[in-house]
Amino acid sequence: MKKLLTLILAIVLPMTALPAQEAVADSAAEASFDMNEYLYGHVRDAYEWHITTVNGEPISIPLMVIVRSKTTGWHVFSSRKLEGSEYEGFYIAPSSSKYANKIVERDASGAEVKPLDLSITKNVFGLMINGALLIFIILGTARWYKKHDAEEEVPRGGVGLMEMLVSAIEEGVIKDAVGEDYKKYSPYLLTAFFFIFLNNLMGIVPFFPGGANITGNIAVTFVLAMFTFFIVNVFGNKQYWKDILWPEVPTWLKVPVPLMPAIEIIGIFTKPFSLMVRLFANMLAGHFMILGVVAVIFLTAHMGAALNGGLGIVSVLLGVFMDCLELLVAFIQAYVFTMLSAVFIGLSRPKPETDKTTK
Amino acid sequence: MSLITPDFGLIVWMTLIFGIVFFILAKWGFPMITNSVAKRADRINDSIRMAKEAEERLKNLAEEQKKLIEQTKAEQSRILKKAAESRDAMIENAKTQAHEEAAKIIAKAQTEISAEKESALRDIRRQVALLSVGVAEKVLRKKLSDENEQRELVNKFVDEMTSADKELLKN
Repeated sequence: MKKLLTLILAIVLPMTALPAQEAVADSAAEASFDMNEYLYGHVRDAYEWHITTVNGEPISIPLMVIVRSKTTGWHVFSSRKLEGSEYEGFYIAPSSSKYANKIVERDASGAEVKPLDLSITKNVFGLMINGALLIFIILGTARWYKKHDAEEEVPRGGVGLMEMLVSAIEEGVIKDAVGEDYKKYSPYLLTAFFFIFLNNLMGIVPFFPGGANITGNIAVTFVLAMFTFFIVNVFGNKQYWKDILWPEVPTWLKVPVPLMPAIEIIGIFTKPFSLMVRLFANMLAGHFMILGVVAVIFLTAHMGAALNGGLGIVSVLLGVFMDCLELLVAFIQAYVFTMLSAVFIGLSRPKPETDKTTK
Repeated sequence: MSLITPDFGLIVWMTLIFGIVFFILAKWGFPMITNSVAKRADRINDSIRMAKEAEERLKNLAEEQKKLIEQTKAEQSRILKKAAESRDAMIENAKTQAHEEAAKIIAKAQTEISAEKESALRDIRRQVALLSVGVAEKVLRKKLSDENEQRELVNKFVDEMTSADKELLKN
């Protein structure tokens, strides 16, 4: 490791020392790279699935746009139609607009309004692919158990790996956190874990079926958090609601001013909120970091071959490191989301206390 | 900023997709896997428990066997002792019986012998009496010619003889 580091420094340091004057006036290259657009363009949702750009021509997979205008009704068309122009009155709002990068139209007064937008965007398409992949993987695993006598045989290979993962999550997380009758909740928690994990992993893959920043999108994590929120509060038992509305604290904390109940009720919402933000922020930050590390290559493109080459190597090495880190984060975040959901579910089913100190 | 405002369309699609995936996996996916794994775990636990029990039983069996052998040995020695005792008793019994029998036989023989002796003595006495009568007759036939004298003497002898016989029988 030390040897490797010395080697890298030996290559990189002389290169940085080389004068960069030769490329000073190359401002055209600088202008052609828009860091903001590069970063946000990669992490936000889009109406088409951009793959690469060859000779200035973008290569992308067109997706289905489904919008409903208040005035003209439903419109379904390919995102190809929106490239650079208006189609049936719809266009993608420029970045200066309030609805930047969303499909908008103009109402009768000429103001920009947002139609009801149910388009199959990049993230929706990615969700569909990953959802189908997850179903394929899990049902494929389940099929093995249908065909084999699991009491006599132990699966190997992919099924074995899945069994290990499923058992680890069920035994190590769900069973401990939820407590008894955890079996009722384990399908949801397992689905959440594998759904998040697969989407995280696919987010790291840099080309087509992957690459969409799905779990780094707040709408996705919002829905996941809402599922947990509903499960926690719908299946919460009497004791759970009593602890919220009439907690076991000194009476003055709840009678004239319901201080503790208010805090507890806020707590109901902060729990899923933290789930939502944690997953979203972690995955978004991971994407930003990798993108930023890769951006070093483009940013230094006009600074001369030596600096660019040297930093290019650093960027690739850092990129490898960041990707490895993201692999870890992909698992950790899925694990944390599942574990915290399980803990919240466990907390929503406390056992009635036997000794009542206050009434 | 658009990054932190959830997009309505995406929320709808995500809810739909996640809902469908959840439904399918919760119905045909995970329960199948977890139940099979749980069943296998139960089976393994059962097997281990049974193996332990079998081991325990085997251990107990060995102990029981040992105990049984000891018991058998004790029984054996007890039976042998009893046999020896009964043999001794039988011999003792036989001995006393034999003694009694012998004593009885001896007593019977003695009475028979004394009876034989008696009859033999009686025979001898009769023989002696007859002989002496015969001798006396021969002596007297020569001496007594006279019939009367003879008859008197005979009566006298007969009386004496009968009284002598009676006395002898009494003894």
